[in-house]
Amino acid sequence: MRFFKNANYPILQWRKRAYIVTAALMVLGIGSMIYHAARGEGWLNYGVDFTGGTVVQVSFTHPVSADQVRDATRAAGYNDWEITRFGTGNDYVVRTPKFGQEAGADAQSRVQQALQTRFKPAVNGRGGDFSIARTEAVGPKAGNELQQRALMAILLSFAATLLYLWFRFEWRFGLAAITATIHDIVVTLGFLALTRMEISLGTVAAVLTIVGYSLHDTIIVFDRVREDLKKPRHGRTFIDILNKAINETLPRTTLTVATVLITLISLLVFGGPVIRGFADVLVLGISIGTFSSIFVASPVLYEIERHFPRKEKREQAVRSTTARRPNGGTRPGNDNRPGNNRPARTAEVPR
Amino acid sequence: MFQNLKVRLGLILGLTLLSLFILWRKYDKTGQPITLGLDLQGGAHYAMEIDESKAALSAKDREDAINRALKVVDMRVNELGVSEPVVQKAGNDRIIVELAGLDQASQNRAKDILQKSAFLEFQIVRPLSELQPQLPRIEQAITAAFPNEARAAGQAPAATAPGGLLQTKGAQADTAAASAAAAKPLESKFAGQGASGQILIDTANIRSITRYMALPQVRALLPRGSQLLWGVPEAEEQKGYASLWFVNADAIMTGEHLQNAQAQTDQFNRPIVAFELSRRAGRRFEKETGDHINQQMAIVLDDRVYTAPVIRGAIGNRGQIELGKSTMEDASALALVLRAGALPAPLHIVEERSVGPSLGQDSIDNGKIAAIVGIGLVILLMIGIYHFSGFLAVAALAIYVVLSMGMLSALDAVLTFPGIAGLILSVGMAVDANILIFERIREELDQGRSVRAAVSEGFHHALRAIVDSNVTTLITCAILFYTGTGPIRGFAVTLAVGVVASFFTAVFTTRTFMALYLERRQSVQSLSI
Repeated sequence: MRFFKNANYPILQWRKRAYIVTAALMVLGIGSMIYHAARGEGWLNYGVDFTGGTVVQVSFTHPVSADQVRDATRAAGYNDWEITRFGTGNDYVVRTPKFGQEAGADAQSRVQQALQTRFKPAVNGRGGDFSIARTEAVGPKAGNELQQRALMAILLSFAATLLYLWFRFEWRFGLAAITATIHDIVVTLGFLALTRMEISLGTVAAVLTIVGYSLHDTIIVFDRVREDLKKPRHGRTFIDILNKAINETLPRTTLTVATVLITLISLLVFGGPVIRGFADVLVLGISIGTFSSIFVASPVLYEIERHFPRKEKREQAVRSTTARRPNGGTRPGNDNRPGNNRPARTAEVPR
Repeated sequence: MFQNLKVRLGLILGLTLLSLFILWRKYDKTGQPITLGLDLQGGAHYAMEIDESKAALSAKDREDAINRALKVVDMRVNELGVSEPVVQKAGNDRIIVELAGLDQASQNRAKDILQKSAFLEFQIVRPLSELQPQLPRIEQAITAAFPNEARAAGQAPAATAPGGLLQTKGAQADTAAASAAAAKPLESKFAGQGASGQILIDTANIRSITRYMALPQVRALLPRGSQLLWGVPEAEEQKGYASLWFVNADAIMTGEHLQNAQAQTDQFNRPIVAFELSRRAGRRFEKETGDHINQQMAIVLDDRVYTAPVIRGAIGNRGQIELGKSTMEDASALALVLRAGALPAPLHIVEERSVGPSLGQDSIDNGKIAAIVGIGLVILLMIGIYHFSGFLAVAALAIYVVLSMGMLSALDAVLTFPGIAGLILSVGMAVDANILIFERIREELDQGRSVRAAVSEGFHHALRAIVDSNVTTLITCAILFYTGTGPIRGFAVTLAVGVVASFFTAVFTTRTFMALYLERRQSVQSLSI
């Protein structure tokens, strides 16, 4: 079975449309961040891992409603506790805004005591109405630190990647790859801002995974570009070279993203509620990463090349006329064998 | 030497067997081929820091203190009897304790022992009359912070305490008491004055008062250099009441200079802990106590007052702590933590994560199903698309899984939740490397090359892209490992291991399998790809 055999899509000529999509996604995401920040809810819905606070997950042995749980905690005098259902079973998550150890009583025992006003606790994991399944209590300092370190890690890895790609390819490729990756992060975070999904440690791991995948994907395409640039040009423009690289790697891109998505979707379906949020972010981010490696990375590389053309090739510069043509070539290749890539209607720059 | 097919096959086989052996040995020793993180198998993770609210420490002192604390915590954790506990330093100022597979009750017990910093202080008790002038403003602050509760206090008729604590209160007429209580959420909960000058509180009100006292604005209103401390429940003399002590915030002496502590009984056969200070500290203690003769000195352990005897004369380097109704076992435990762990400063928990064993088991079960379904589908896809070559790739992938697991096990890496993310990504990369190579071979075949040439060219051309993307990933892993905290590190390690293993399997193993297949068929005309 083969997909996209001898594909010949004028991807670069579609870049204006890609920019519009990208811009729309970014405006939506960043807009929603600003909207929520202006309302004092924070740019993103940071979870306890970042803001500090406590989360206690309680498993009930029989169905109870959120109101019943809330009654119990209110009866114990805790009015500011947030109670939400977790997953599909009889689990509830109790969030308390502050992290504290008042008089030696920590989050877990406070929740236990509060619920005891209405429910019976399990003893040694047996009997009773409820048991505590999970506790996360993070002090404000630890939360802050996590945020800073995650950001630091991402920025440093960008710098290192840029250097490596500069060394192996050249700086234009590095810059374009990083730009595409930043695009992925921004769009993913924008989506998280829009849906108000909680940002946790798992989200950080997911974003790091997306960074890794997106870079990987982009490098595969750029490798073809690098290979082709070494060959004689025969009058092909930079656009032609980029298009060829993208089209040649299209079968691989789709197959790989398909296998990764298959794994993720099975994680989403069978992985249980704990991993759910994490898998959601990954599915989204991997899709965005694939989009960007096709529609963002190469166009950005083209724009960089256009503004900072290579010295030795300034003569036949990429300042090609194709950019201004009203309708980019739109004949998906039928007569073209790979290797003889000369997209049908791409004008050639006169020397 | 890698040109020889037999050598290549031998290497693959050897590494696979080695990995299996490592996994088996680990399984034999611990019951799991790979150590699972606390988030997967259940357990508790605590991060503790030195509490510097009492005295700021210089960098050198802090380091010294944390190192001493580390030893103390290690000793205590070892006495818990948990299998393979982790006690380690994180950064310069943090201690991490990880206890695997504990149920909830044991987690609570462990936490109590960890938190018992065994920080001994001697603080001078201040007369309650100094607190009196500030009370109206404190009441105002509480009323402002908890308007609902002030009202509730006003409605509850029982809120009037018998006798009242401070003279003004006792003078009030009963009718006025209810409305007065509305404005006095704090004082209305005072149940009287104890024999040693402490405030008595009905045990039902402990929680409200604790919350009032936690308010920063209330703390700020207390007279300069003073604080309110609870008494130890075991030391309470009146049943149903708890003591609130009004003391100097600065200690005249701390347990830092404690040299020895022993559990003993006093003349009434009640448990006490007799302690001894170092000679230098003893001299200082003698001077300090001499300055406060006829005043009370509260003996405070972990911010809880045990007793507050009146200083009759200067005390040297020996003293004792009366434990009230505690048992002799309590006294021995206290003497032990005092001996082992007179910490230079108290520790407090800054981060706690605990997962019950059942939830952890659920995560593992779900993860297994998801992994089996996911891998099964990937295998189907690969064979469906690349036919025989896909089958070779799947065989290489199986080896990849064994190798990466073996490496994780050999590195004693812990598989956590973010680690699974790293594994997914690296599996994706392993599959991707195969796809890259196969697509390249297909292209070469399309251009009319012979099977042998196409395979060789395909591997050759795909190699560079694979190397570059793998190196980039490894660089990222290294940076994440050095800058990241625990969970991010877990991600970095699994990803790095996965990348190395996937590089080996895709480039080396698949190629060997292909070569083996081609060698058997000298005149191969077509490749099932």
